[in-house]
Amino acid sequence: MMSVAVEGEALAELVRAVAERQDQTAFVALFEYFGPRVKGFLMRQGAIESEAEDLAQDVMLTVWRKAAQFDPGKAAVSTWIFTIARNRRIDVLRRERRPEPDAEDPMLVGEPEPSAEAHMATAQVQVRIRDAMATLPPEQAEVLTLSFYEDIPHSEIAERLGIPLGTVKSRLRLAFRKVRALVGEELA
Amino acid sequence: MTVKHHPSEALLIAYAAGHLGEGLSLLVATHLTLCPHCRAAVAEAEAVGGAMMDTVAPVAMGADALSVLGRLDRPEAGAGAPPPVTRRRPASSPARAAPQGIALPAPLRGYVQDLSAARWQWVSPGVRQLDLMHRPKGRDTAKLLRIAPGRVLPEHGHTGLELTVVLQGSFTDEQGRFTRGDLAELDSDVNHQPIADSGEECICIIGTEAPLRFSGLVPRMVAPMLGF
Repeated sequence: MMSVAVEGEALAELVRAVAERQDQTAFVALFEYFGPRVKGFLMRQGAIESEAEDLAQDVMLTVWRKAAQFDPGKAAVSTWIFTIARNRRIDVLRRERRPEPDAEDPMLVGEPEPSAEAHMATAQVQVRIRDAMATLPPEQAEVLTLSFYEDIPHSEIAERLGIPLGTVKSRLRLAFRKVRALVGEELA
Repeated sequence: MTVKHHPSEALLIAYAAGHLGEGLSLLVATHLTLCPHCRAAVAEAEAVGGAMMDTVAPVAMGADALSVLGRLDRPEAGAGAPPPVTRRRPASSPARAAPQGIALPAPLRGYVQDLSAARWQWVSPGVRQLDLMHRPKGRDTAKLLRIAPGRVLPEHGHTGLELTVVLQGSFTDEQGRFTRGDLAELDSDVNHQPIADSGEECICIIGTEAPLRFSGLVPRMVAPMLGF
């Protein structure tokens, strides 16, 4: 099996082939890798199978259409597709808008530290994030995972785990800081 | 201008995961516009989401899934790829000056264009509000508030999360002093009473996860007017 870093770069190459040449073979490869993952992710978030199937197809179609917007210097392919799936889910299943900052906004207060955003999310760093997550204490990994998978407020996660809301928030703070620190350390 | 009060990691993660309602997301997006530090944190939380997308148990697509190939049209031309965290919206209008010359961050301009032309509702002496989304009950809310200097927002508690972002002026409550860009995050069962404490009107946006409840007699009369 390819190392995950190589895999990440190979995925970025596939997106580029779609963007530059409308390469259908590359798209099929992306579809076969990400389709089942997007579907699994959506089902993990509570979507029923037919819903998840339709939405995963919709997400992959968006990948085809927006391939030229993918910037490998900014994010790994899996992160880019995660954000597409998240936004399509809010749009289609929840029927809401998702307010986001606009990079062109004259009001936008600029970047003092280009390092974090520019370096963090590339294909190689994605591997470090995975490694960092694997080193988290189980109770921190649990709340971090539930925060992404479960579409419920943190207060409900607290109830489910039988711990106070403050504990959920402090575990998340520790987990997130540890992931950021481990990745930052290796970059330095 | 330095932002001093930031969202918790838990809130930034919930936003990155896509698990905040539209109202609270609007509050976070407004803060993010004014805080590059938290934008970087959200980008990192999205990378964590990407790592989870990589490692989730895949579920096989239906047998005819690749029929999607028949629907492939020409991809959009890629003029200056926008980053994934800041999905470009259709041509946002230029920042317009509001009554006091306050310019609205782009996320808010999707809901209100001109503060002086908007229909503000009276809440209490020196306090007016503008509902930004007319929502069915049970969803989160977002409202703009204008609080005259020295005035106090009616004391209130709330059943869910309450967020406030200052756009102009400042207020002080039990947690400290909040100025432009600062985000106040209050969990349920916290009562607080912000007071506009500078010489100019305080304009802030306030969002709640669930209906606010007011304590005290006068606030109980005010609550229905606020429509919380």
